[in-house]
Amino acid sequence: MGSLPLATPDEDLVTERRFGMKRRSFIQLCAGLAATLGFANNAVGAIFNALVDAKRPSVIWLHFQECTGCSESLLRAEHPTLEKLILDIISLDYHETLMAAAGHQAEAARLAAMAANKGKYILVVEGAIPTGANGNYCKIGGKTAIELVKECAADAAAVIAIGSCASWGGMPSTSPNPTGASPVAEILGRPVLTIPGCPPNPYNFLTTVVHYLVLGKLPELDAKGRPMFAYGRLIHENCERRAHFDAGRFATQFGDEGHRQGWCLYKLGCKGPETYGNCPSIGFGDAGTASWPVGCGHPCIGCIEQGVGFTKPIHELAKLLTVTPPTQFARPDEQQGQGSTLATVGTVAVVGGLAIGAGARLAKNLGTTADKPSTTSKPER
Amino acid sequence: MSDEREPYEETAPIGGKLITPVTVVLAVIVLAMIGVLAVRFVYGIGAVTNLNNGYPWGLWIVWDVVIGSALGASGFTVAFITYIVNRGEYHPLVRPALLTALLGYAMAGASVVFDVGRYWNLWHVFVPKYAQPNSILFEVALCIAAYTVVLAIEFSPAILQRFGMTGVRKKLGRLLFLFVAIGVVLPTMHQSSLGSMLLVFGTQIDPIYQTKFLPLLFLSSTVGMGLAAVTLEGTISSLALRRPFERALLAKLLAVGKLVLAGFLILRFADLVARGMIPELFAANAVAVMFWIETALFAAPLVLLAGAGATRPSRMVLAAMAMALAGILYRIDAYLVAYHTGAGWHYFPSLGELVVTAGLISFEILAFIIAIRVLPVMPKSTLA
Amino acid sequence: MLTRRNMLKGLAGGAGAVAAASIASPAEARGNHPMPEHALGLLYDGTLCIGCRACISACKSANGMPAEHTALEIGDYWDAPLDISGQTLNVIKAFREGNALHKDQAVDGFAFTKVSCMHCNDPSCVSACPVSAMRKDPVTGIVSYDVDACIGCRYCVAACPFNIPQSTYDSPIAKISKCQLCAHRLPAGKYAACAEVCPTGATLFGPVAELQQEVARRRALTPGTKTLFPRGKIGGTDTYAGVASTYVDHTYGAKEIGGTQVLHLSGVPFELLGKPALPDESPASISESVQHAIYKHLLAPLGFLGALAVVAWRHMRPEAEPIDPTGAPPAGGEAP
Repeated sequence: MGSLPLATPDEDLVTERRFGMKRRSFIQLCAGLAATLGFANNAVGAIFNALVDAKRPSVIWLHFQECTGCSESLLRAEHPTLEKLILDIISLDYHETLMAAAGHQAEAARLAAMAANKGKYILVVEGAIPTGANGNYCKIGGKTAIELVKECAADAAAVIAIGSCASWGGMPSTSPNPTGASPVAEILGRPVLTIPGCPPNPYNFLTTVVHYLVLGKLPELDAKGRPMFAYGRLIHENCERRAHFDAGRFATQFGDEGHRQGWCLYKLGCKGPETYGNCPSIGFGDAGTASWPVGCGHPCIGCIEQGVGFTKPIHELAKLLTVTPPTQFARPDEQQGQGSTLATVGTVAVVGGLAIGAGARLAKNLGTTADKPSTTSKPER
Repeated sequence: MSDEREPYEETAPIGGKLITPVTVVLAVIVLAMIGVLAVRFVYGIGAVTNLNNGYPWGLWIVWDVVIGSALGASGFTVAFITYIVNRGEYHPLVRPALLTALLGYAMAGASVVFDVGRYWNLWHVFVPKYAQPNSILFEVALCIAAYTVVLAIEFSPAILQRFGMTGVRKKLGRLLFLFVAIGVVLPTMHQSSLGSMLLVFGTQIDPIYQTKFLPLLFLSSTVGMGLAAVTLEGTISSLALRRPFERALLAKLLAVGKLVLAGFLILRFADLVARGMIPELFAANAVAVMFWIETALFAAPLVLLAGAGATRPSRMVLAAMAMALAGILYRIDAYLVAYHTGAGWHYFPSLGELVVTAGLISFEILAFIIAIRVLPVMPKSTLA
Repeated sequence: MLTRRNMLKGLAGGAGAVAAASIASPAEARGNHPMPEHALGLLYDGTLCIGCRACISACKSANGMPAEHTALEIGDYWDAPLDISGQTLNVIKAFREGNALHKDQAVDGFAFTKVSCMHCNDPSCVSACPVSAMRKDPVTGIVSYDVDACIGCRYCVAACPFNIPQSTYDSPIAKISKCQLCAHRLPAGKYAACAEVCPTGATLFGPVAELQQEVARRRALTPGTKTLFPRGKIGGTDTYAGVASTYVDHTYGAKEIGGTQVLHLSGVPFELLGKPALPDESPASISESVQHAIYKHLLAPLGFLGALAVVAWRHMRPEAEPIDPTGAPPAGGEAP
């Protein structure tokens, strides 16, 4: 951990006061965050310094058409725990579930924070935004969700849509979508960083925030605004049951022999092959390995992916997105068989040459004995 | 008025040492072959050959069976000329030709034993329970087996004479005409069928070679190869044993050969023209190139033996070599070069296959040398 | 005198029998064998195949075949056979072009294909086998292999236009391996293992008549329409919702060499998948027609034999002072 100075009693105090943990524990936290981001070891030092030194950034958290599951998911985080995050790392200035204030006081706090941190606060949106009935399906403090999100986004340094609802519409947008539930990006008319999932793994969100704090910019995103470190691979690519898929061992009914053996759930409708996410890699709830739907025996429903989750029936066969055959897959015209080698061609050439030589000699010899009499002579007695 | 009969020739063993540098070398090669075959029987065909499922038939089948038996056609061509067309003057050539043929067919049969994968079942071909008469290989197998027996019977007088069994010989002599007749029909059947065997390969055989005339093309080239074999055998024995060269006889044989080859070429090209294949002959691929080399070899005797060249020994030998080579190449091309098994497959004989084929040829030569020294095969009057 | 004419006359006798027969007119060719009414087969739809290779494992399991070692430059594999072999009766191959990113696309795409016995209506292997080791069941049409009859001549290996029968060259006790449509599972009410395990119904088992109807149904759909695909066995209850694919305008196996009981559909041209282009006339019918024309009832050979025997006897009988083939003096002991 190269760039870290040696611990002094004073520095232990720093981490104790700010984060309530000894320096060593805090370094372990930073290492965990770095690992999730896929950073190299020496980045741990950068994370450490950033978190210790930085002024806590202001965060405004809006709720619209949601079940609060994303916030609940964050509450179950352990490294860091949510209270460490909101009390020591960021300044959560508005969160309808967690803040102590209510009613007009809450709205006043929001406006004050927005004014004080103009252009520097992070806006997090949880839940879809209804566009039906002029947006009147969701109003807070007399303002529609559409008005609120536009107002808050105007002076935000970054906008993060957390959960599938805010990312692409999620469950409320299920056909026929009576409320016109829409994602944040559509309302704002510009792409935003999205952390889809229902709920998303809390560490996807936390690591994104730390990335922003440490490096001052958002992590690499894919075409849908999702951080690549979490949504760069299909669930199918990292699934612990992949070997069963590859060997053709499928559970065909819940509770059957294959299901009990932990076989692949593709035939039961698992959407892992067309859903991007890191669920099999980090699981949920820090409850150990296989603490995710497939690990518990239920096919993935593709809650992360627009067009899959809450759109395709749970037991409908998934479309495989990366079917590209691996390198060792047989080709229609594999090279097989042993062709000529130097030894065999040489042997044939030598023998052939000898034969031709002998033949030529034969012809020549015969030419010189051409005048021998023929055998049609009288027999001897 | 019967045709003028030429006086017969007595035959006798030519004696001489059995162990000479030549026979020792041949025996060594035969021993090497036995070694390779031992490995084959213990470890499987793949251990000694390059055969694979793209090229399941390779040097052994094509040379030992198809070409080997065709070179053994010397027996039936000379028997036909001597006894059917009744040219007794060819009589001196009969026993050596029969011996060559017997050895050729015996080795072809022996090579089948080590080439097939389940040789202990070979008797199934003769049993009605298993026989499948639609298979051309079925007919070839039966015919070759029967013909080898007939050849043995046709050649047996030499053995009977050696052991002085005159009584048996006389009785056999009365029936010999039947065996001679059978000994002409059988090779006509199976040598043409060796060509028909390619028909079931369909489009896997290049269209330059795949034709309904395959039986006739194979039969005619066999006749050419047989006549060439007789000529070459006669030439080598006359040189090796310092005996006169049977120029007139062989010249007449080769004259027949020229006719047959001309017939072959005419039929081949007529068929290619009728099927519109002429443009393919000029394509830039191995099959077309081999076709032209082969055609040149078939045509060479017609050129070499034109006019006065017909009786010049050096020309005759070269022509015979060309005839034999042409037939050999035709079979290799039809079975292997023109066999398009599919993309990606490669085959070339392994050293093991080459050793075994060389061993079989050596065994035939060795057996021939021993036989002519020990049995009355060669004409007596020409003994030095 | 041995004139050319005499020689020609003699040779013509034999060659004539062969020649006349080998110029068999098409009208005399026997025609392809038809498919049995209750023939069983497979429908392989390459557009549904996901290359999971479950069918390879299931086939090995159902037939007691071991895993096969494949040594490639990039590593050693036990689950990636490159082709069918003595130990692998069924294999999935992938065609790739360019960056190989788009499924069932000929350019910059990839596609899967299945290689296994086609169970032809008029099999070349059955016609070629001299000892009836390859047999076509008259009811199900399944082409089966009887190892006890086999002599290992490999004529079937050479004859098959699809390169299916595989001989085991690595064993001193050679045998042929090929798919037999899990005929050994049929009495127990089971069916082809490859079809049974296939998760997308790319390999479908059933009576060929029903499979042909399914082929027609799929080819008639507009690509993109939602439709139900059967899985496992046709006519069963296991179906799933999918989307109709774009197919090339050809059903492989419908007409090739007289038709086969295994049919293929594909999104890319079949030659890219290594499937040979074959004529409608079966090679077996051509081979057998020529052979029968020459040897029908053995008339020609026996006739030829009779004529030759007469001639030979006339030249070789004692009264005619023939040349004694044994080389001994003539019976009378007189010198000529």
